Amino acid sequence: MPDWLLDVFSGALLLIGGGFGVIGGLGLFRFPDFYTRLHGAGITDTLCAICIVFGLALQSGLSLLTIKLLLILLFLLFPAPTATHALSRAAMFDGVEPELAEDSESLVEHRRESSSNT
Amino acid sequence: MRDTFFLSLLLAALWLAISGVYKPVILMLGGASLLLVVWLSLRMKIVGEEHNPTVFSWRLPLFWLWALVQIIQSNLHVARLVFSPQKISPRIVTVPVPMKSSLGKVVFGNTCTLTPGTVTIGLNREKLVAHALDRQSARALVSGQLAAKIVWLEGSTEKTQ
Amino acid sequence: MTLVLVITTMAVFSTMALALARALKGPTIYDRIVAVNVFGTKTVLVVALITYITGHADLVDVALVYALINFIAIVTVLKLVKTRDLGSATEEDSPHA
Repeated sequence: MPDWLLDVFSGALLLIGGGFGVIGGLGLFRFPDFYTRLHGAGITDTLCAICIVFGLALQSGLSLLTIKLLLILLFLLFPAPTATHALSRAAMFDGVEPELAEDSESLVEHRRESSSNT
Repeated sequence: MRDTFFLSLLLAALWLAISGVYKPVILMLGGASLLLVVWLSLRMKIVGEEHNPTVFSWRLPLFWLWALVQIIQSNLHVARLVFSPQKISPRIVTVPVPMKSSLGKVVFGNTCTLTPGTVTIGLNREKLVAHALDRQSARALVSGQLAAKIVWLEGSTEKTQ
Repeated sequence: MTLVLVITTMAVFSTMALALARALKGPTIYDRIVAVNVFGTKTVLVVALITYITGHADLVDVALVYALINFIAIVTVLKLVKTRDLGSATEEDSPHA
């Protein structure tokens, strides 16, 4: 692949990643309650990180730097759900109430049950 | 024993990838730290199911690819909702957990959280409680598509055990 | 190319600003922890981006270590908030429960 094409791809991925970062931040800021804000945080943790890391990896080709970048992505993606789950579970047991649509199940009956750790 | 060996192999590969300096003294230090970590994890009794080399089957890259597509799709959907927050209808959904191994269950919960729009709140032996941003986000979870994919992924480890 | 890197860095910075605003606004302690978590993971990305802007390849190790520490920090803060005690082994153990 020619160099300029690689640059275009990498630049596009970086800008998309940055854009999704801002969107996720906006979601984190705008959504009405704690549980919905988690979804906003989820955008910045997944697609934003994936796009930026792959955009950077395209620039250095196959090297030790790329391997390290992919390791960073691994260390970002694997603990992120665990942290989110720990947070949401803690919030649930602490009695933070979600705003729910009318046709939804309620959270109350699940609160008393213990759930296993990830 | 096989699990311990595989863990050492994995740690050695990680060390070689991160270090980047390959001189005898440094390599020896790396070997020493590897032995220390393996000894510590044996002492903590945490070497087990997830260090089974058959976890890394040919199905795993395919699953990651599929998960990546799911993540991109749900990201686009949630991004659209960010710009029209009045359209969200947050809901709690409960789905059965069909996986047999605890590793499969953890993968289920984590994949559910990784796709924006659904967050795992509770996970136990029988069911998974998730918070979803709206009906469409919950669809992959409620229809059992995600669960079926992970049961398929799990199938690769069962034959050898 | 540097321009694109700088623009991306600015975008990530604005995400961090939004997260910081959420952390200041609250209203519950868990909102603040989510915001701080997002702030931490974005820091990792910024450090990785700066590696490429400046060309110092060693900086990527900082990002790697930060990614690991960030996770431990979040779990620790969460445990401290939940049990008011870093030493307790289980939730039932805590004097606050």
